[in-house]
Amino acid sequence: MSVYHYLTVSAILFALGTYGVLTRRNAIVIFMCIELMLNSVNLTFIALSRHLNNLDGQIFVFFVMTVAAAEAAVGLALMIAFYRNRETIDVDQINLLKW
Amino acid sequence: METIFFYLVALVTIVSGYLVIRCQSPVNSGLALVNTFFCLAIFYVMLYAPFMAAIQVIVYAGAIMVLILFVIMLLNLGTESRKRYTHGVVWAAIASLLVLLVEVFFIKRGRVTGAEGDITDYLIKNEGHTELIGKALYTEFLLPFEIASILLLVAIVGAVVLAKKDV
Repeated sequence: MSVYHYLTVSAILFALGTYGVLTRRNAIVIFMCIELMLNSVNLTFIALSRHLNNLDGQIFVFFVMTVAAAEAAVGLALMIAFYRNRETIDVDQINLLKW
Repeated sequence: METIFFYLVALVTIVSGYLVIRCQSPVNSGLALVNTFFCLAIFYVMLYAPFMAAIQVIVYAGAIMVLILFVIMLLNLGTESRKRYTHGVVWAAIASLLVLLVEVFFIKRGRVTGAEGDITDYLIKNEGHTELIGKALYTEFLLPFEIASILLLVAIVGAVVLAKKDV
């Protein structure tokens, strides 16, 4: 399988993630769609790393996973804090900072 | 054989990715996401990156998804009534189709270039993928590695402070 096949799969996954982030109203599902996009980028990194016989891409995936874990911890804590105040995590009702 | 397998796994990946954005209940979305993560781990194995596949299953499908499902359970979101769960479908569809078109355009018309390394499949088979990654992490990428550990520490402190009832 050539690298282009993997890149196409990852492009489709990224577009699906974009659609999910833009359409869903539940903040946790938006969060999961962001994880989907991060994973599609990881697939790109590893496919290119294999194609170029270079390990740097895989090291980068390692750091992307670190950032995703940190993001998960902080983001979910934010959602719990918000739910405690407003009894919802519907992003249509999270509009205090909107003008 | 490998081609058929690739297309099969790609199909499952994309269908479960679609289910993530389509399922009404967040719990179902989460389970579809776990399925996607496992399919990506299979891709990593096919790309001679077994350590990354293991990390994918342990960190993503294990740790992060458990965290997300735990929060869903904590907030009791699984029992939501059947009301509208999307917004702005048309504009979002246009935007994501545009993203897909641009990506496919670059993949079709572009050519992969970059710094060629010397990590061949033969070397990975002989020396072991984990060993190669470890060597690179602790020599060439030592500073980013330390910064990542500080980032994780900050995230832990931030999560505890944010989730506390009164600081």
